[in-house]
Amino acid sequence: MDFTFTEEQNMLVDTAERFVSKEYGFETRNRIIGSEAGMSKAVWQGLADLGLLALLVPEEEGGLNAGPVETMLVMSALGKGLLVEPYLSSAVMSTRAIAALAGAEQRAEWLEQMLAGTLIVAFAHDEHGARHDPLAVETRAVRIGDGYLLDGRKSVIRHASQAGMLLISARVDDGIALFAVDRDTPGVRLATYPSVDGARAADVFLEQVYLPESRRLGQGDSSDTLLAVLDTGLAALCGEALGVLQRSLDTTIEYARTRKQFGVQIGKFQALQHRMADMLIHVEQARSMTYLAAVRVLDNDAARRAAALSAAKVVVGEACRFVGQQGVQIHGGMGVTDELDISHCFKRLFAIEKTFGSALDHLDRYRRTLAA
Amino acid sequence: MDLNFTTEDQTFREEVRSFLRDHLPSGVRHKVLNGTHLDRDDYLAWQRALHARGWGGPSWPAEFGGTGWTPVQQYIFDEACAEAGAPRLVPFGLKMVAPVIMAFGNKAQHDRFLPPILAGTEWWCQGYSEPGAGSDLASLKTRAVRDGDHYVVNGQKTWTTLGQYADWIFCLVRTDPEAKPQRGISFLLIDMKSPGITVRPIITMDGLHEVNEVWLEDVRVPAENLIGEENKGWTYAKFLLGHERTNIAGIGIAKRELARLKRIATCETRHGQPLLQDPLFSAEVARVEIDLMALEITNLRVLSAEAENRAPGPEASILKIKGSEIQQRLLELMTEAIGPQALPFDRDAMAAGYQGDYPLAAYARTPTWQYLNLRKLTIYGGSNEIQRNIISQMILGL
Repeated sequence: MDFTFTEEQNMLVDTAERFVSKEYGFETRNRIIGSEAGMSKAVWQGLADLGLLALLVPEEEGGLNAGPVETMLVMSALGKGLLVEPYLSSAVMSTRAIAALAGAEQRAEWLEQMLAGTLIVAFAHDEHGARHDPLAVETRAVRIGDGYLLDGRKSVIRHASQAGMLLISARVDDGIALFAVDRDTPGVRLATYPSVDGARAADVFLEQVYLPESRRLGQGDSSDTLLAVLDTGLAALCGEALGVLQRSLDTTIEYARTRKQFGVQIGKFQALQHRMADMLIHVEQARSMTYLAAVRVLDNDAARRAAALSAAKVVVGEACRFVGQQGVQIHGGMGVTDELDISHCFKRLFAIEKTFGSALDHLDRYRRTLAA
Repeated sequence: MDLNFTTEDQTFREEVRSFLRDHLPSGVRHKVLNGTHLDRDDYLAWQRALHARGWGGPSWPAEFGGTGWTPVQQYIFDEACAEAGAPRLVPFGLKMVAPVIMAFGNKAQHDRFLPPILAGTEWWCQGYSEPGAGSDLASLKTRAVRDGDHYVVNGQKTWTTLGQYADWIFCLVRTDPEAKPQRGISFLLIDMKSPGITVRPIITMDGLHEVNEVWLEDVRVPAENLIGEENKGWTYAKFLLGHERTNIAGIGIAKRELARLKRIATCETRHGQPLLQDPLFSAEVARVEIDLMALEITNLRVLSAEAENRAPGPEASILKIKGSEIQQRLLELMTEAIGPQALPFDRDAMAAGYQGDYPLAAYARTPTWQYLNLRKLTIYGGSNEIQRNIISQMILGL
């Protein structure tokens, strides 16, 4: 048993945390989420310059080939900054999918640009009404000549409007395949909107989108890889949650230490002390399950892996809700304003709880494994 | 024991429902039932419609132009209105300052201030909280100094709900800084057009401008706008807070939102069946429905007990705590029901009559902002922590 991190891993945390605290202050972030693009190219380039976009890129393509523990640590550091840039979608999930499925030429072309920061790839899998049933894909790719025609709709795709390329899952004759679709391909239409946490998302409508064979990743049914990529994303998201949870707890404790009512710091009131103690318990339970997720995400037994990850999402999701809600509550009126950290943390925690399935969705999934 | 309303009360309920069917404008009804933001005119138009029927003051005694209804009738009225999708009555004039003016104001103040509240022609806002005085309201610092036949007021109020619409503000001000905190406070009515008043928006996390800071700088207030006696304001303030707590449980609103939750959960599906039939989700809906059932009966018990003595006692804290928690839970479950559709957050698409390119079902557009917005329920009007203190001290005697 060993819960310590290696020196390299600690350095990685340092690098990411220093970048966030230096380049991603509250005001800067507000400017970014209020901007037309909803992200900062400079920040993205900064992440590239630090090598953080190369984290999951294989060594042959010049990457660090790091694993889920490193991913968790970096995501947690970025979570502390409430980063709205497409790290999870592009640098984690899309990179992982390309590394797992793409042919040599495709990898060379895409990964080089991705780790340099010049190409953002949005992972576009979720569909309207699928409720995170991971293989409920209705978007179809029909073979035509030496290519495919794609029709369908991808729903609430984070960063779609910021991406040069979308990785789209679609049903083919022999299962599910992933396709690389440039955002400006004819037949691709985006309905873009802000997400509750300040990031941008879109519904992606695909109508008779023609793609040559070279735009398909891998051959045969890619469902297993798709599940592994989704699980990688879920484990990484738990890592991000940890960062946001910690920031929420820290900022709440700080507020309780400074805010006075009835002549004393409100942190002296036992009712609030116990509440903050419960917040800490939620954060630590979430941390434990995030570690579990980071270890089990490499399990080749998909069912066992899925059960562990669902269990993690239940604990992390409930922590997101409790810590977010109580953090706002303890801040009183100030907690509901746009002016302090805590409401921004609250909204990101809300979004995390809803991403890749809510705590209740995953409780349902886990429940179904009991009788199996 | 009989949990039913009397025949007279049931007849009364039918009368209210019939009025609502005929006079509640469908546009505003649609907004309320779908959780769309209401504007000033929506509220005022409804107040004027009620006034035209003689129902402008459902909680007012007849001598001031009110309905003279019993607490049970008021409850029935509130519930029927909420369920039908009527806007809530703007409480600041009607339910907050008016009872204070009636009880402690003089004849001239009655004549000047009460009729426009009833008619929906003047909008009031509340000047209680300050940046340093929230839960600890008695520590307020806004100062009023007598200068001839005026008071000169300096200070800052905050969380002034819909103060941007207000014609008048009722303020707690400190007139005797030497006395104990509760003793040196007075209750002043201040014209919002007075020179020296600045209203600054506070943007909340849902992106809305609903609350404000109100800055008062050398604001001259005629001494005739003092309510009751100087330095007795804390008594009036507590009286007001007691009245603010009638219908605090929000049973009618909760029933309406429960019905909305069920509608949404019937449209959404999981594993091919309506979410309302999903074992996990339906159990959550059942739990909140049962919780609401219990609160409704608790509320009726409190109503019965206060039939003679109108201002509710510390039991109102039970209603506030459970009522606010149930409303928050209902919105939380709506965001659960719409799943990933809870993430998009486009203010334009939440407006009534939106025709733009927004790919979500209409019912999925508003739960998230309401969920964010309703975090305030457990904070304002005496936070739920303060309510629990009241229960421990006043009911349990601890």
